[in-house]
Amino acid sequence: MSLPARIVAALIVGFARAVTAVRGEWRGVAPVPEQRIYFANHNSHGDFVLVWTVLPPALRGRTRPVAGADYWLTSKLKSFIGRDVFNAVLIERKPMTRADNPVAQMSAALNDGDSLILFPEGTRNTGPTRLLPFKPGLFHLAKANRQVDIVPVWIENLNRVMPKGALVPIPLICTVAFGAPIRLRPDEGKADFIARAERALLVLAPEKKG
Amino acid sequence: MDPHFIILLGLVLAVLLIATGAAQLLKRRMGADDLTIQNLTARINAWWVMVAVMAIAFLAGTAGVVILFAICSFAALREFLTLTNTVVADHWALAAAVFVVLPLQYLAVGMGWYGFYSIFIPVYAFLLMPILSTLRGQSENFLIRVSEAQWALMIAVFCVSHVPALLSLTIPGYEGKNLFLIFFLIVVVQSSDVLQYVWGKLLGRRKIAPNLSPSKTLEGLIGGTLSASLLGAALFWITPFSVLQAFGLSLVVTLMGFFGGLVMSAIKRDRGVKDWGNLITGHGGFIDRLDSVIFSAPIFFHVVRFYWDLH
Repeated sequence: MSLPARIVAALIVGFARAVTAVRGEWRGVAPVPEQRIYFANHNSHGDFVLVWTVLPPALRGRTRPVAGADYWLTSKLKSFIGRDVFNAVLIERKPMTRADNPVAQMSAALNDGDSLILFPEGTRNTGPTRLLPFKPGLFHLAKANRQVDIVPVWIENLNRVMPKGALVPIPLICTVAFGAPIRLRPDEGKADFIARAERALLVLAPEKKG
Repeated sequence: MDPHFIILLGLVLAVLLIATGAAQLLKRRMGADDLTIQNLTARINAWWVMVAVMAIAFLAGTAGVVILFAICSFAALREFLTLTNTVVADHWALAAAVFVVLPLQYLAVGMGWYGFYSIFIPVYAFLLMPILSTLRGQSENFLIRVSEAQWALMIAVFCVSHVPALLSLTIPGYEGKNLFLIFFLIVVVQSSDVLQYVWGKLLGRRKIAPNLSPSKTLEGLIGGTLSASLLGAALFWITPFSVLQAFGLSLVVTLMGFFGGLVMSAIKRDRGVKDWGNLITGHGGFIDRLDSVIFSAPIFFHVVRFYWDLH
């Protein structure tokens, strides 16, 4: 990573810690440098930053977020943060216009030995439901990479820190919980696997307090 | 440097060294895997850090102490707001609480502007925050949301800011020594917490509030507050108080501290959590450590101001 990118990364992590005092809960896996596909709920642009912050520094450099090119390539600053700081795998979200196959792009990153963080809801969830239905990409990725552990990651409270449209974050304590890994079973179909992945993520969510 | 400062620092270091040594001995006897010992070691280590931070702030003078407690308020507010029912409609009110009210309160404390910092939160913030919350037109749970946000400010900012506010008191014959009032308050209240725990473990039988805080016993309360108040009386030489006055004030702040802990336990029980946060290893969150100081600081401040301050 270049020096400016390192400085910006440290600033981003420091800011995330100051606002959220974020803590990683390693419930189903240990924070060890194994190749993984992390998949998380998506409420805010800061989701990836929070996961990244709780990863040990040794894992951070080898863990790349999967993000929409339509968002991250729209300005110089965003593109610097997306490409140079986070080293994101930028995919085209609109199937009609895309030149590259996103699953092939992600598999290429995995072949290089990197881990991935993806948000299978596909877009930010701003509604009252805890989780939006998953897009099928996770299934295709699991099918192409059966040897890689797929780890559910529940991010709690960040949607309250920075609701959609808010300009200023409110400091609240956030947690990032890592669950037990899943893999695609030999005869498992798309619908079954997606349903199982959604359940594996939802069991990590704390029960809503009254 | 004030010789009293050196003596007190020496005393605190001696207590911490003895505690650390005792914990090491216990670790040898009970084994390193014993959870109580691990918890004890974590607590003592956290005390080392806290004493170091406090010492640095004291050396930096008024600005250092004000900034230190402003940071404590920020962390406490972050913990308190996490447990509230506030919704998106309250976003501006909460952002104002954190980024406008908190800095202004500590600015006024740093300037020693009593007329502002003693009323700013209960008058201006408490009236303006609900106004901000109404702007989005959401009335669901309105009273609950507003009360929770106001109490968060009261506990985390208003009460905590009365610790550094002690620096702005003018006590004849005590000029330039106000830092020792902070030292006195914190040492008496915190040692009362520890001594209540110790007395409770040794003699504790009658539970005071089994539904709120099962570890609090009558024996712990009496033994802890009395022995901490004796410690406070023994510290009279760093205060403007006589021995008896130091004892009486210590009794007031340790009792406030005890009931403050009870109130904060009730809130935690209601919200279904064990600790306020996880910031200090072994201590839970900031509020877990500060709860007794939070409740005793404003009372201590006003009693001292009423009887000793020139105003």
